[in-house]
Amino acid sequence: MEDNIIEMENLNLYYGDHQALKNISMAIRQNSVTALIGPSGCGKSSFLRCLNRMNDLIENIKIEGSIKYKGKDIYRKEVDVTEIRREIGMVFQKPNPFPMSIYDNVAYGVRVAGIKNKARLNEIVKQALIDSALWGEVKDCLKKNALSLSGGQQQRLCIARALAVQPNVLLMDEPTSALDPISTAKIEELILKLKEKYTIIIVTHNMQQALRISDYTAFFLLGELIEYDKTEILFSKPQNKKTEDYITGRFG
Amino acid sequence: MRSHFDEQLTLLNKELIEMGGLCETIIALAFKAFDDKSIRKSKEVNRLDNEIIQKERTIESLCLKLLLQQQPVAKDLRLISAALKMIYDMKRIGDIALDIFEITAEENKNNESVMFHDMSLIAAMMVTKSVNAFVNSDIILAEEVIGDDDMLDNYFFEIRQELIRQITQNPEKGQYILDLLMVAKYLEKIGDHAVNISNWVIFSISGQHKEE
Repeated sequence: MEDNIIEMENLNLYYGDHQALKNISMAIRQNSVTALIGPSGCGKSSFLRCLNRMNDLIENIKIEGSIKYKGKDIYRKEVDVTEIRREIGMVFQKPNPFPMSIYDNVAYGVRVAGIKNKARLNEIVKQALIDSALWGEVKDCLKKNALSLSGGQQQRLCIARALAVQPNVLLMDEPTSALDPISTAKIEELILKLKEKYTIIIVTHNMQQALRISDYTAFFLLGELIEYDKTEILFSKPQNKKTEDYITGRFG
Repeated sequence: MRSHFDEQLTLLNKELIEMGGLCETIIALAFKAFDDKSIRKSKEVNRLDNEIIQKERTIESLCLKLLLQQQPVAKDLRLISAALKMIYDMKRIGDIALDIFEITAEENKNNESVMFHDMSLIAAMMVTKSVNAFVNSDIILAEEVIGDDDMLDNYFFEIRQELIRQITQNPEKGQYILDLLMVAKYLEKIGDHAVNISNWVIFSISGQHKEE
């Protein structure tokens, strides 16, 4: 039986007067891939950002309800946000490597976490690049500027950077929407491999992608969680008419 | 928003209706051969069977194209996969009608159509009804076809009883009578295929197999 690593209860999120998430309750299974789908503005990215408190800096934001990571509410006062973000890493839509070498990109978070030992750093960087399926392509040019990599390689570098600090959960916000089909396929393969060690939550506009890589799918509409089920069931026998209309393109 | 896809689905429905119509015609014609010598000699039944095979190809490639281009999900996926399964059953119906014709077109067969009149009508109607159920997403009609099958089975048992009676009275006509029993069995098989089609219709509408 899979365990729940994240549990939300009655989550509400307001940007000023606008309510972006309405009473969301759901649980994320450990070592699974969960896809969040829904039309633009449905709240799926807001939801994703709640999970590692990326919304904290937004003005006029109000979050109600609870999000528990490994049984503990991540919005408690005494929680160290940096620690939460180490455990729950994030990869964004557009690859965003730092303007420094490949090696330094991956080592960045590890150094911030206080690891200075050169041999230890080398080991961590190598493992992260192996896990992100980039090692073979960059092992001879680790000093090269990361910005010289292709878009697909940059995105895998960003995944390596996220992995280097040894998180448990990876949040991905449309990680392949800026990539060509081959780079996309590589990232999808990678995600399937990564779920052995990590729990992955991915926002995607590509429903075929959700079908290919996710175990569970959550469909959001206008801030509400409409349906959440095993991916295979949601895409073959959706229970809710709104889900059916959206996934078959009858929506709007 | 998805008008092209919907047009293609309408086309799929049209092709399926045509294939169902061909099945109905070929069954009727196979039985007419009992009485009508001109049908025995004509290639019309073979031509219809070929047309059914062609139709299967056409519908199959349309379905594969839709799977490839539209990557359908949910009801659309069930609909297209049900269509792919149904055309196999319809093709088999065509083949069985041809088997029936091989018996009904034999020189020595005479005026036997009366015995099969009702049974052949019901079998052909079951095929038409099952295709209509698909096209109109009519789950009640599909279930009706499944009910009709009991009627067909009863006809089969009645005809078999009658043929057993005949064979005891005229043992020298054994081969002839066994041919007639084959015809009844073929009709019963056609009914089974119509039931298969109806089960696919129910699956495509509800997502549930009948047995569940």
